[in-house]
Amino acid sequence: MTDETKDVDQYSGVETTGHSWDGIKELNNPLPRWWLYVWYMSIAWAIIYMILMPAIPALPGLGTNTKGLRGHSDRAEVAKAVTELKTARDAQSVVLLDAGLETIETDRTLQQFALAMGESAFGDNCATCHGAGGRGAIGYPALADDVWLWDGSLDGIEYTIRHGIRHDTDDGTRFSAMPAFGRDGLLKRSEVDDLAQYVLSLSGRSEDSEAVVRAAPIFQQQCSTCHGANGTGDRTQGAPNLTDAEWLYGGRVADIEATIYNARNSHMPAWDDRLDDATIKAIAVYVHSLGGGE
Amino acid sequence: MSIMNKHGLLERHSLLLTVGILVVVSIGGLIQMAPLAYMDNTIEKVDGMRPYTPLELMGRDIYVREGCYVCHSQMVRPLRDEVERYGHYSLAAESMYDHPFQWGSKRTGPDLARVGGKYSAEWQVDHLKDPRALVPESVMPPYAFLADKKLNFDRIGERLRTERLLGVPYTDEMIENAEGHLYAQADPDEKGYDHLDGLLEQYDGASGREGSVEFRDYDGDPGRVTEMDAIVAYLQMTGTLVDFSTYEADDLSNRR
Repeated sequence: MTDETKDVDQYSGVETTGHSWDGIKELNNPLPRWWLYVWYMSIAWAIIYMILMPAIPALPGLGTNTKGLRGHSDRAEVAKAVTELKTARDAQSVVLLDAGLETIETDRTLQQFALAMGESAFGDNCATCHGAGGRGAIGYPALADDVWLWDGSLDGIEYTIRHGIRHDTDDGTRFSAMPAFGRDGLLKRSEVDDLAQYVLSLSGRSEDSEAVVRAAPIFQQQCSTCHGANGTGDRTQGAPNLTDAEWLYGGRVADIEATIYNARNSHMPAWDDRLDDATIKAIAVYVHSLGGGE
Repeated sequence: MSIMNKHGLLERHSLLLTVGILVVVSIGGLIQMAPLAYMDNTIEKVDGMRPYTPLELMGRDIYVREGCYVCHSQMVRPLRDEVERYGHYSLAAESMYDHPFQWGSKRTGPDLARVGGKYSAEWQVDHLKDPRALVPESVMPPYAFLADKKLNFDRIGERLRTERLLGVPYTDEMIENAEGHLYAQADPDEKGYDHLDGLLEQYDGASGREGSVEFRDYDGDPGRVTEMDAIVAYLQMTGTLVDFSTYEADDLSNRR
């Protein structure tokens, strides 16, 4: 283009693009210098980045992409980071794994380490069922009280976490099965209802003394093997104490009738494969500390 | 006259301009996407991955229908904190039978890529019915209606056939026996009893290891196969298929 064809806007003194739409013209302002330089620099950076980092895909048949001079790999980085974390914990983890309850309770640093680790692992893995702080829910045992179905010692708690309860694929899992007395026809409906009154009477809450008398022999025959002649339960088979007025599945008459009729055999997953040894031990220490540890 | 002065041609013909734009835009897209289709290491070589069983597939359809992905991703990213919390980072191989995949970065709820087996099936049912009964601070809406709704699987065979069209290796036997397999997984004691062996043979066979299929009455309602059965079967399977004991994370082809 020559100077003669230049069309300069008379008000701003800026050249126009030469296009005209119904007499409206567009100013041809140049791009700001700083913007242009940033743009050039970003192009240069893109080239440097492609050399340093994995960037260029291979052509068909050649298999893999370029690895870049830095050989960067997100997956290698995370493997390294996890190993570093494990190493950082290892010194205390090893001590924790071998420590008994007394050692943990006297060694303040170790206890703090275990509780901090246990609390955060509990929050993600256990609190979903057992509630924050182990407060429990209907059907999911509270861990913050001193009522234990299986074992409230540190080792016992660790065993339960490791192997779960009624977890099919774990050979060492804690297992027991209450029969569905009503559904499977072991007892008549009326007998189930009488038994519910008997179970209530064990914690002094029955209002039907005739039913209690009727159910006493049935309880001795059907229930006492697991729950004990006095109904105080048996921890070796996870049979709950029926005299303590603590109810995992609800303490109303209807709840107890439903429990006897259909049975309750709930399931806790085994964590052996999912969590590492130190984490399991730390959770056990945390649960033990919630209030009812033995 | 240089080529730079020819732009008037493009600017005056809208069709030509559209074609020009498509050519330019597709260059960027092709460079990013085309190599994934032919590169040998796009999908890692793993053991254990198998097509979803009919019940799991129906559960997955419900997961998508209810928009679970709006709040839950299924992608454990390769970051230390995520690996600490959720387990091994997700592999491309783990979603190779997903149409569409459920990756994402929007997490109102936790990632679900490895939720399978983490909690009991009873918990999944209780929690879906009323999340706040178990987790008071939860903002998840209740899905109790799933337990009342009979699962509609009239065309389950066709559903599997569609997945096969998209590249999922369902065999003819799997497609023919889809309904029986579905009953076998959700109602193994009654209606599905005769098909249980077939279900395990087909799907454990495809997985290459025993125990890849869990079968039980999931929703505590043995008589009916409900949508609750399906979605819990799906959730209890997520992230459990790949055998990480044989996965070579350090192999160069598995580096990203």
